[in-house]
Amino acid sequence: MSLLSLRGLTIRFGQDVAVDNMSLDLEPGHMLALVGESGSGKSLTALSILDLLPDSASWQAEALSLDGENLLGLTENRKRSLRGGRIGTIFQEPLTALNPLHTVEKQISESLFVHQGMSRQKARKRCLELLGQVELPATMEMLGRYPHQLSGGQRQRVMIAMALANDPQILIADEPTTALDVTVQETILTLIKRLQNELNLSILLISHDLAVVSRFADDILVMHHGKKVEAGPTAQVLAEPKEAYTRHLISSEPRGKMPPLAEDAPVLLEATTMAVTFKEKRKSLFSPAPLMRAVDEIDLSVRRGETLGIVGESGSGKSTLALALLRLVKSQGQILMDGTDLRQLNHRQMRGWRSRLQVVFQDPFGSLNPRMTVGQIVAEGLAVHASAMSSQERDGKVIQMLDEVDLPAEARHRYPHEFSGGQRQRIAIARALIMEPELLILDEPTSALDRSVQYQILELLKSLQKKHDLSYLFISHDLKVIRSICHRVMVMKDGKVVEQGDTDAIFDQPQHDYTHKLMSAAFA
Amino acid sequence: MALPSLRLRNPVSARQWQAFRSNRRGYWSLWIFLVLFILSLGAEFIANDKPLLVHYDGELYTPVFNAYPETTFGGFFESEANYRDPVVKDLIEENGWILWPPIRFSYNTINYDLSEPAPAPPSAENWLGTDDQGRDVAAGLIYGFRISVLFGLMLTLFSSIVGIIIGAIQGYYGGWLDLAGQRFLEIWSSMPILFLIIIISSFVVPSFWTLLIIMLLFSWMTLVDLVRAEFLRCRNMDYVRAAHAMGVRTPVIMFRHMLPNAMVATITFLPFILNGAVVTLTSLDFIGFGLPPDSPSLGRLVGQGKANLHAPWLGISVFATLTVMLTLLVFIGEAVRDAFDTRKFLQ
Repeated sequence: MSLLSLRGLTIRFGQDVAVDNMSLDLEPGHMLALVGESGSGKSLTALSILDLLPDSASWQAEALSLDGENLLGLTENRKRSLRGGRIGTIFQEPLTALNPLHTVEKQISESLFVHQGMSRQKARKRCLELLGQVELPATMEMLGRYPHQLSGGQRQRVMIAMALANDPQILIADEPTTALDVTVQETILTLIKRLQNELNLSILLISHDLAVVSRFADDILVMHHGKKVEAGPTAQVLAEPKEAYTRHLISSEPRGKMPPLAEDAPVLLEATTMAVTFKEKRKSLFSPAPLMRAVDEIDLSVRRGETLGIVGESGSGKSTLALALLRLVKSQGQILMDGTDLRQLNHRQMRGWRSRLQVVFQDPFGSLNPRMTVGQIVAEGLAVHASAMSSQERDGKVIQMLDEVDLPAEARHRYPHEFSGGQRQRIAIARALIMEPELLILDEPTSALDRSVQYQILELLKSLQKKHDLSYLFISHDLKVIRSICHRVMVMKDGKVVEQGDTDAIFDQPQHDYTHKLMSAAFA
Repeated sequence: MALPSLRLRNPVSARQWQAFRSNRRGYWSLWIFLVLFILSLGAEFIANDKPLLVHYDGELYTPVFNAYPETTFGGFFESEANYRDPVVKDLIEENGWILWPPIRFSYNTINYDLSEPAPAPPSAENWLGTDDQGRDVAAGLIYGFRISVLFGLMLTLFSSIVGIIIGAIQGYYGGWLDLAGQRFLEIWSSMPILFLIIIISSFVVPSFWTLLIIMLLFSWMTLVDLVRAEFLRCRNMDYVRAAHAMGVRTPVIMFRHMLPNAMVATITFLPFILNGAVVTLTSLDFIGFGLPPDSPSLGRLVGQGKANLHAPWLGISVFATLTVMLTLLVFIGEAVRDAFDTRKFLQ
């Protein structure tokens, strides 16, 4: 018999049905992964178990029971004893889920006071025990720390300790590793898996990443548009997906390789000893401000038609390197393009070169001005570089660009907020392409997107590259994406290049320890 | 009332206008305020000691616009006709007629025919009574309202322009410029403004414009912090970076990409700045360092009310006027704030 059982759940926001007739069963000691793209209703389903849905939502369920006990129609007090008591929760973003003004001890012991009425001494003992369980140093020093003094992985461990405080039967983990780097992600999921086995927990793991989940979960439940698509043991679902949508999810994992580049492709851009330093806060009034080397003496070259991938975890300096190449931050070194050193040019001279060097940013919501129409956004570059163009010609050009990124011509009269994440990224690409660039710098262009949308954008980028003989500088932390689109890869850590070479060589025989670690986290 | 069917092209603005309209209190406050303000712009046609129209000997005269000597109507003096003089009135009415505005007093007309000593209580002739010089209170309120709002609007406009420019420059360039600017602002804003204005107006004779400039010296700071913060935030937005990468000129980026974001904070603040300006002007007039003595002013009426507590119509009527005006502005301000609340409407 299942530990947690939910039948016929429907959640509505006004007239819109967000979750439709959803059912799930969580077996004791099992890990069930709820997989789906953003907006598929997986988080809402989990929140409804705890009755924590926002006020604007109305929900009803035919049955909801925990260990045979009916959870529907409980009083608010009984529900509270459930939350944090028998059901523990881990949220996605540990920085916002932890109170910044409370120490680790206060965060963890709060629920001990509430649910068990423990004394301070006993609570402290329990806290230390929990820290040990989540593999953090079980010291008083750790208990006295504040969230900002912890790394992302440590914060997530504190969150897990909080969730475990009252010996829950069930742990709900809502995208517990999405905000973390790959290598940290790996250790956190391993920890959760270990706890599941040791404490005989039942875990409801919510994730958009089928690949990650399939390595840890016992069962999988696929959701799409608020409906259950398919459920079953992980191995069975992955090996023989019954539904088209599941097959689609599995096949949109990035795969394939780039065809090799022509041997005689000329070098388009060559940067030598690039360095970017930031001044840190000085320690005393008279000491010089210490320098932080965000980018430390990096050499790179990109050939025509080539994609150079830059891999690294957050803080490794890869985005700063991109901004330096675009001359949007101060840097040292040399940026050679057609024999001209771009770093020697002043702003006015640089303006002519800008059209050849364009950029697409990560966040499709922040990179488009919400107050301009898509037509104005895409045409903005023309106003600078082709000011002689008539407005009719300009309009025609915009339509042509929108067509290239598979958007309808009518899109130019609408505003960015009317488009989905993937469509916005297409608009950003059109804005860059209208300048007819030779090199396109793509700064995590697909990281904010769901896998299947990501797949479409990658395909689009590949076809544009072929058509216009574009060179890409592709920055990403996602090794699978990098492998599928890059000719050459450069691995960065702490502002330095750790290793670089052809994609195949790097992925098949990584030389450096750090590259090894990245690979094993991504392709275990 | 027919609602204007504003067709805003930008759906963001359209939604904001919708949100503003859905705040009924603020929406009606805006209409009431606009009607009062437009009416007060035509104060000369509502309260005046000159007739709107005079028909004399088959000809039409417009004394509001033109000055006619008394001799025109068969009088003795070469000076401008005093239409309130019974002699002149009789002369005209023998050969024609007079069309008076609803209130037959201007703000500075002294009523010499009071049946009681000034300040006289409300009567059929002086609707809200007179002050202690025998001047009509209703006329004073209408003219005083107009000059207060006009002064406030001018001050708001100029201080917004200066504040936005300085805030934009500080926020965009940041670094030393910003640091120096912020320190200057802190020093400048810690000056005792009221005292400085009193000192300055003791050796510069205050007129409408000099007072405006003196007050502008200190009122431009309100918006600087808001606009600066907004520019500091926007400076690192990806769409600003993308515009830089396309080679768009800095002033264009500031104007097209960053200013619209700062405008939200600015417009939200405008009604409150206007309110503050009106209150400052009123208090300066109240203590006697405001507009020149011969101009209409709400502050001076408040002073009269304080000096003549036995004549409550003075204090009560000016208090009611100020309350209505300031409350309307606050309501409008609240509605504007709701309309621009991004948490409600941009997500």
